[in-house]
Formats: sequence, C-alpha cells, structure tokens
Amino acid sequence: MTEMLEAFRLVAAPDVPIAILASAIYGLVVGSLPGLSATMATALLVPVTFYLSPIAAVATIITASAMAIFSGDIPGCLLRIPGTPASAAYTNEAYAMTRKGQAELALGAGLWFSAIGGIVGTLSLVLMAPLLAEMALSFSTFEYFWLAFLGLMCATLVARSSPIKAIAAMLLGLLIACIGMENPAGTPRFTFGIPDLLGGVEIIPALVGAFAVSEVIRAMVTPEPPPIPRRKFGSILAGQWQLTKKYQLPMWRGNLIGIIIGVLPGAGADMAAWVSYAMAKKFSKEQEKFGTGHPEGLVEAGASNNASLASGWVPALLFGIPGDTITAIAIGVLYMKGLNPGPTLFTERADSMYALYIIFILANIIMIPLGIGMIRVATLVLRAPRSAVMPVILLLCAVGSFATGNNLFAVILVALFGCLGFVMERNGYPVAAMVLGIVMGAMVEQNFITSLIKSDGDVMPFIERPVSGVLAAMTFGALLWPAGVWVWRRFGGGRLPAAETPR
Amino acid sequence: MNGISRRGVLGSAAALAATPLARPALAQPRWPSRPVQMICPWAAGGGTDAVLRIIAALLEKEFGQPFNVVNRTGGSGVVGHAAIAQAQPDGYTLGIITSEICMLHWQGLTEITYRNYTPLALMNNDPPGIHVNASAPYKDVKALADAIKASRPGQLKASGTGQGGSWHLALAGWLVAMGLKADHVRWVPSNGAAPAMQDLAAGGLDFTTCSVPEARAMLDAGRTRTLAIMAPERLSVFPNIPTLKEVTGVDYQTGSWRGIAGPAGLPAEVKAAIEPALGKVFQSQEYKDFLNARGFGMVYADAAGFARYMEQADKSLGDAMKAAGLAKA
Repeated sequence: MTEMLEAFRLVAAPDVPIAILASAIYGLVVGSLPGLSATMATALLVPVTFYLSPIAAVATIITASAMAIFSGDIPGCLLRIPGTPASAAYTNEAYAMTRKGQAELALGAGLWFSAIGGIVGTLSLVLMAPLLAEMALSFSTFEYFWLAFLGLMCATLVARSSPIKAIAAMLLGLLIACIGMENPAGTPRFTFGIPDLLGGVEIIPALVGAFAVSEVIRAMVTPEPPPIPRRKFGSILAGQWQLTKKYQLPMWRGNLIGIIIGVLPGAGADMAAWVSYAMAKKFSKEQEKFGTGHPEGLVEAGASNNASLASGWVPALLFGIPGDTITAIAIGVLYMKGLNPGPTLFTERADSMYALYIIFILANIIMIPLGIGMIRVATLVLRAPRSAVMPVILLLCAVGSFATGNNLFAVILVALFGCLGFVMERNGYPVAAMVLGIVMGAMVEQNFITSLIKSDGDVMPFIERPVSGVLAAMTFGALLWPAGVWVWRRFGGGRLPAAETPR
Repeated sequence: MNGISRRGVLGSAAALAATPLARPALAQPRWPSRPVQMICPWAAGGGTDAVLRIIAALLEKEFGQPFNVVNRTGGSGVVGHAAIAQAQPDGYTLGIITSEICMLHWQGLTEITYRNYTPLALMNNDPPGIHVNASAPYKDVKALADAIKASRPGQLKASGTGQGGSWHLALAGWLVAMGLKADHVRWVPSNGAAPAMQDLAAGGLDFTTCSVPEARAMLDAGRTRTLAIMAPERLSVFPNIPTLKEVTGVDYQTGSWRGIAGPAGLPAEVKAAIEPALGKVFQSQEYKDFLNARGFGMVYADAAGFARYMEQADKSLGDAMKAAGLAKA
C-alpha cells in the first residue's frame, strides 16, 4: 500500500503531468500525419528523455505511442490514408463510413475503443504480467512461423475484392519483402547493386505510397465526388455506448487478441489490427456489410491495436525483450533511467512499476478529451476543397518518409508505390493485402528458415510441439474450411436447403 | 514538440545547403564557427543513436556550437557510412562509425573501408559474451568448449544476430581459435539479439554470442547464464563474468565498437580541436554514467589508436568472414 501511495506521489511530481500532456499532443499530431508512425514518434522522443526524470521519461513514451496509434485512425477515416501501419487494416471500412456520413461514429469508435483497449491491455499487464511473459517465452520460431502464416491468411478476409486477386496482391507483397539482405542467409536479393535496396523495402514508405499517394493520384484523375452532405458534425461519443453493448463480443475478442499478439515479441499493433479485423469479419453475423461502412470491425481492431500496445510492455519489462518496435526503443530508455528490466523491477522497484501502471491508465483516459479535440480539428479537412487538401498530403508524404531516415530514396519509394497502388486499385487488387504481405513476409521467411536450421531440415517439429501443433491445426482448418463447405454442399448437404435461399 | 523532427530535417537541409559556401576554408575562423552535422548510420532510438546523441550534446557544451545528429539509415548501414565518407572534409560533417565498416566491404556490399575516414576517437566497444540457458549443464565456458569439441559438426546451434553479423563472426573466430572449423557450431540467423535471447530461454538454442548488455535482462531474470566474454579484461559493469582467456586460455577477442570519424582528409586544425574534446567527453561523468546505465563497454582510443584499432579489426573480421565463407573472393 505504501508503494501505491509512493507511486501516486511519483506521478504527481510536477514534471510528470506536464510530460504526459505535452507528449499526448505530440503523439496525436505525429500519429495523424501519414508517413510518421508511432515508432517514429517514440524514436524522436529519446533525446528528450535524456533531460527528464525516469518516470517522466517513460511517461512520454507510453503516452505518445498510445496517442499515435489512435490518431493514425483519423486520416484513415477522413481521407482513406492510414496515419500509422496499425490503422491500415480497417482504413477502407472507416472511410466507407465517412462516405455514408458517419465520420463521427467511425472516429468516435476509433477513439472510444482505443481507450478501452488501452485500459484492458494495461489491466492485463498489471494482473497477469508474469503469466503472459511465460507464454511469450514458450514461443519458439516454429510457433512464430504458424502465427505469421495465419496472419498472411487474413489477406483474403480483409479485402472486399475476389479472393484470387487478394492472394495475388499478397504474393506481390511477399515478393517485395524478398528485396534486400535482411534475410536469413544475409545475401543481397534483387538489389541490382543499389546500396539503398540492401536494407529492403521499409514498410512506412510502402504504406504511405500505396495508400496516400495512390489516393492523391486517384483524386487527380477522377471528378470531385459528390460532396459529403454539409451538416453540423455530430457528437463524437454519442452512439459509442450502443456500439459497446451491441458489439461486446467482438470488443472483448479484440482486446484478447491484442493482448496475446502484443505479448509475443516481434508481432505488434499492426498484426493485432489485421488479425482482429479478419476475425471480426469471419465471425460476424453480418459479413456482407463489411467493407461498406460497418462499425463492427472497427470496434474489434481499434480495441486490439491499443491493447497490444500495453501488453507489448510485458516481455520488455520482465525480460528486456521487446514486444514490438516501440518497446524496443523504450527498453533503451528504461536502462538509461536505471529502471533495468527484469523481475526485480516488479519487486524492488514496485513503486515505479505502479507509477507506470497509473500512467498507462491516465494516458488512455486523457486520450478521450484530447482525441475529441484532435478529431474536431481534423474534420475541417472534410470541408476544405480537395484541390487544397491533396497537395498538402503529397507534401506530408514526402517530408514524412524523408524524415524516417533522412534518405531521399524513401521519397522515391513512396512515389513508386503510389503508382503501383493506383494501378492495383484500378484493377481491383487490394493494396491492403500487398501491405500485409510486406509486413509479414520477413517474419514468415525468417521463422521458417531458422526453424529448419534448428531442426536440421526436419519438418516434424512444426507439428509436434504442442503449441505449434494447435496453430498448425488452426491454419489447415482455415485453409480447408472453404473446400470442406463446398464438398458438403455439393454432395452431403445437397438435400438441405441452401443457405443462400432467399426467405 | 513536433518541432524536433522538423528542426532536425530543416537543420540538415540547411547544413547541406551551406556546404558549398564553406569552400574557402582558408578564410575561416576557428573551427567550429557554425553548426556541425553528426551522421548516424543507424535508426533513431537504437544504441548507436543514443551514444552519438550523448556525445553530440557534450561536444555542444564544449564548443558552444550546435552538433546536430542526423540519422541517415538504410542499406544495412551502408548509406549512412557512405554519407560520412563522402562528405565535404571541412569538419562540418562528422559521424559515428561502427564495426560494420570493417565487415561490409569484405562482403562486397560497398567499396568504402576504414581508410576512407579520418578516425577521431574510439568511444565504446561491446565484447561478445557466451550465454547459455540457465538450466544448461555447462558449469563454465571450458565445459561448453569441451562439449563443442565433442559434438558432431552442426549438432550444436548458436545465434545472436543475422547471418554474417558481428556476433556470428565472434562465434566463427572463437571456433577457429579453438582449432575447429568456423561452421562447426551451426549459426541460426536471428533478427537481432533479443529474439535470439528469447529463443535461448525458450530452449531452442544451445548458446548465444551477443553482447552482455543485450543479454542483461535475461541474465538478471535468472533465465540465462553468461559464461564468459571475449575481451582482454573483465567489464566494469559485470565484474563477475570471466574472460575467455582466464578460463580456457584461448585468447580470442573481438567486439562491436563505435567511434567518431570524419571523411578522409579532415583539416589538421579540426582534428586538433576535436580530438582532445572527445577525450574530455569520454572522461566526463555524464558519458560514464550513460555507458554504465546502458551497460555499454567503456573503451577509448585516441585518433591514432582508433586508426590502429580499425586496421586490426578489419584484418581479424576479414579473417573470420573468410573462415566462415562469408567474404566475397
């Protein structure tokens, strides 16, 4: 109890609330700019943390990353341009809602369920950290391979186009992921002697190009769409309670998936959002509404990516193993501030740990008022003429992608992916599936090859190990399910009334 | 607070734009008369970035001119290293170079070697450790070495970084020093040290050869044990970990190091000004506290020492790469 009081005292120190507030606004702005991810927001904070007290330093990172993941939803919803990779999975859905005149409901859902996800994720960190950390440690490369493979299979689910085109787009993404020397053999592939390609195609320029620049090109070649009816922008939180009640199951499933994926090292908020969105669609009673502006997927994925953010801290705090790229940076800051990760952090420095918990909760609570403010400002772009908005977006894309590595090559990549994304969309190939392929490609390959190296080329461990056996069964089940249904309908179930019969 | 990124970008743009103006170096007053750009070939938020930012902040205090850190990432470090080597040698573009500069050219990935730089100071070196699962039967590194010698080629598995990375070469070099083939223990490439340590704790590997700070949290958590480090002497932050030589008598040492350098042909006056300043930075309490907090190895060499150090490292890393079949003929 004294530790709890001490924790409140630590959080109440004058510099901490200021740090939280400042980094919250900073995170909201960075996250909403296409091309600047939550990871980037965190990385840019590191030099600032040199000058802060330990608690304030960690507070800035926690707050800024949570805000950035939420505010990545804003441009996705308003302009069909995801602000961070974690929003890419449900950008089309959110934008469809905006086109239907439900921008406030979509943005409100992003905000409300982000906050809920963040708080539930924090509770998992408080209550089950040791348990979750054990789970993370029991995952070897065999399990990661199946996990990444399952992630890839979401490609057909998230897209509204034909599954064949979705798979083709995903395979293109996998091909792009082959570029560079960041592969298990350390051999340069498809680099054509260009040093810039040695590091491979980074996800941010690909994402920004495929979504944002292609959107700009589309705006240039198509006539101005019928303006969204001008009316007073409604309340942002109204209706969220109904959504919470209506979609309780998806919300909890999203939280749970987010927590599990967040805890696993190497898989972060991006993957959590993809898997959750796919799950929401797969298990929804109204599957046909997905992609037309249906909030169910937003509820689940919005909660999921923020939940994963908090649980990503579990292996980071207990074993110094980053759950995602954000905690990878945070670990360095923890060491620098004398909060060395390890079990002793939870016992000897319990007051600091409680202080971190409080900060997590605080950050997710102030997300709501600040997020409302941010949304209000951001929705002004809906009223601005398209000819004014699009050049600004193009500029932001160029600056944002340049800023990640101060490398002009990233800007060229953005342009190339912009053209590619435009051509793909025109022909009905979903760019989201391609982005998924780029995100997951390295993970699938790395874990497949290293697993084979470890087992001396034997494939049995992929199905022998208990957890990987379960994951393998899930994968094959998902793969064979559609075929099984077809066989059932064709032969066994022929006499039953077909499901599609109109009543 | 968004100003940080913008300032960084504008600052670098301004510095780039100003470079041609700096040509008439003769007419110039004492260095530095304007902001200095410090290039980091690795991403913001990482260890190298943190080291450079501390050094830059302390140099700024010393000279009263801004030292702006610019991350030029991409191409597995090639892009940023090339940017330092190819900068105008006027003293206004310096940077941090890492051990990869003595590895990339052996793989044929760049033409640039340590000779393309004016070395200024070695500021840090992290020797590789040898880490095993806490429940592994090896009591010390001698027991592990015996087990390695007794094993079939490829039977034991080790990891710590990607194929051809520093820690892979550390393993190859150690095996060669023991009189074995460089691939006697099979290398499992991993995406950095953290996943390797996780897999070690999960029981998927026999040992890892990453640095001690990278293994520290697992060590503190009692999940892994560190048997030895491949260094000439023990680390001040981890005084209980013996060196390889103490236990087995095999004297093999290497490491992943970081140093400050400028492009080749840096003016003598710049060198004369910055060399003692970097020595002062290294001696400062702030820098020591920082290295200690992160667990980074405290190793320093002045400009001449750094030059010799790189020459040696280039040879020994090249040998290890050839032995492991990683060098391009």
